[in-house]
Amino acid sequence: MEKFEKLTGVAAPLPQINVDTDMIIPKQFLKTINRTGLGKNLFDEMRFDDNGNEIPDFVLNKPQYRETEILIAGDNFGCGSSREHAPWAIKDFGIRCVIAPSFADIFYNNCFKNGILPIALPQEQVDILMKDAEKGSNARVTVDLENQTVTTSDGEVIAFEVDQFKKHCLLEGLDDIGLTLEKAAAIDNFEAQSQSARPWV
Amino acid sequence: MSPKTLYDKIWDAHLVHEADDGTCLLYIDRHLVHEVTSPQAFEGLRMAGRKVRKPQNTIAVPDHNVPTTPDRVNGIQNPESRIQVEALDKNAKDFGIHYYPVNDIRQGIVHIVGPEQGWTLPGMTVVCGDSHTATHGAFGALAHGIGTSEVEHVLATQTLIQTKSKNMKVEITGQLRPGVTAKDITLSVIGRTGTAGGTGYVIEYCGEAIRSLSMEGRMTVCNMAIEGGARAGLIAPDETTYAYINGRPHAPKGAQWEAAMAWWKTLYSDDDAHWDKVITIKGEEIAPVVTWGTSPEDVLAITESVPAPEDFEGGKVDAARRALDYMGLKPGQKLSEIEIDTVFIGSCTNGRIEDLRAAAEILKGKKIKDGLRAMVVPGSGLVRAQAEEEGLADIFKEAGFEWRLAGCSMCLAMNPDQLTPGERCAATSNRNFEGRQGRGGRTHLMSPQMAAAAAVTGRLTDVRDLM
Repeated sequence: MEKFEKLTGVAAPLPQINVDTDMIIPKQFLKTINRTGLGKNLFDEMRFDDNGNEIPDFVLNKPQYRETEILIAGDNFGCGSSREHAPWAIKDFGIRCVIAPSFADIFYNNCFKNGILPIALPQEQVDILMKDAEKGSNARVTVDLENQTVTTSDGEVIAFEVDQFKKHCLLEGLDDIGLTLEKAAAIDNFEAQSQSARPWV
Repeated sequence: MSPKTLYDKIWDAHLVHEADDGTCLLYIDRHLVHEVTSPQAFEGLRMAGRKVRKPQNTIAVPDHNVPTTPDRVNGIQNPESRIQVEALDKNAKDFGIHYYPVNDIRQGIVHIVGPEQGWTLPGMTVVCGDSHTATHGAFGALAHGIGTSEVEHVLATQTLIQTKSKNMKVEITGQLRPGVTAKDITLSVIGRTGTAGGTGYVIEYCGEAIRSLSMEGRMTVCNMAIEGGARAGLIAPDETTYAYINGRPHAPKGAQWEAAMAWWKTLYSDDDAHWDKVITIKGEEIAPVVTWGTSPEDVLAITESVPAPEDFEGGKVDAARRALDYMGLKPGQKLSEIEIDTVFIGSCTNGRIEDLRAAAEILKGKKIKDGLRAMVVPGSGLVRAQAEEEGLADIFKEAGFEWRLAGCSMCLAMNPDQLTPGERCAATSNRNFEGRQGRGGRTHLMSPQMAAAAAVTGRLTDVRDLM
């Protein structure tokens, strides 16, 4: 997995609440058997009209947000389907960090498996970042995972919380499966005990 | 011993390892797999030279992509869909996992097949790369959706890295009134809590109205726990649960059944267990409901009218404005006057035999409104066969419904069953998101009875008027 340490880049405002994973990557793009190449269809039905032409008003189509690396969004981002194609598409587009007042559980976990940092902040702080992002590409935001801070283009520093294990994995780019397999003996023990306690499983 | 919730008990029974920082390794008893969220996981195993740790506890079935028209026996036309299903055929064979291929009568929606075959049992941990895995919570199993990276993790290790959720109790007291169903319960709860109300929680549904539900109704309730944002929904097992499980192909038998029952009977929340959040709703106050917007929280009784954006606060004002525009609705319009184009009965929420019976009961001797498109997609081949045996298929066909083969179908429209832009659908599925049933399609969620009533009148309808 690609590491996430520190990122300075363009932040795009998407103030909508309840952005679901069907919006992030519609189902017609789930037929792939690969993890890559989904960025061109990120937010497909919001980004393109019925004829495949760009909808100029959509934030990521605006010239100043084409290089977006940080997305500032509304409450309950990533709700709905468990499709990991959503973070795959976000990452493939070039976005490495999403900041919102809250995230749906499965999407939040999926981000960490793909080198994306989701940051949940109180609404007032998201509002500050949203205003900053609305300034366009001159307003570059910095996200520092090690120090758990987001810094606005005006230099205002906002601290955020993150699970320490998830932080460690993201900073080091660690593979979860490899880490778990280091505990193979514990899994063997559990299975042996379980076999006698719940033999019907 | 300190009192525990049902969730606490299942969690504790599956804890393999707990690190100092609270990160836990949780053992997974059943892993269900479908064709859309698994190809990259199997590919990951191959690249790392890993095997499936417990192939005997891993069950696969194609459901999302499969066409539901009879010609599917000749193969899947869409090349991408075909490749995904063929990939699952190959992965199931290569890794030696249980498999129900497209043309097996036991094929169907993964969350209908699992319980039907007796794979889902009380006290288990059940995962699947699909958010509606919450369905299996109806058996008192801790069941939730996972992403593809986690699918690979479970395939390789039979565990998941987890942090524990908080406990929420949702109590539905008393009894439901006629015409009110499990679907109305689960939608009403989401209407009350919002789609993020359950975030960070595992919900246990309890109360007399829940106890009175059949297993199928309980599955409908738990299925939509995810639409309320919860990691999982749970209902403690009881005699209804045991009666449903007993005799199913993969249910325990003989001495194992007795041993299992002894443990299952300990699976309930202790009286003085701690709840982080409690919600109580009177069963008698729940009405037949429909959704008006593009979020499952946009729920109103069928007797009400379309709301105005100003009726809401915060980010919901803009969201409601956007939803009304997308849905082509005006504030103040009576819900029961909204005309529909299409009716879809099916999905992991409402594609079981009792759902079809309930819809057929309304449709018996009636025709669907002229010009309407209506389809029934049974949740599995076995549900379909049973419905044919009971004469339900004839009722649907005589009323004017298309009688399809099993699959996810128009719930998410990955197969050819899709809405066209502006097409308005009365659906028994679980999501009314923009574009969910097809780009520009407009979805109103409701119970099978309500969908059948809408099919007869051609508009959203209070089923009680037809009873």
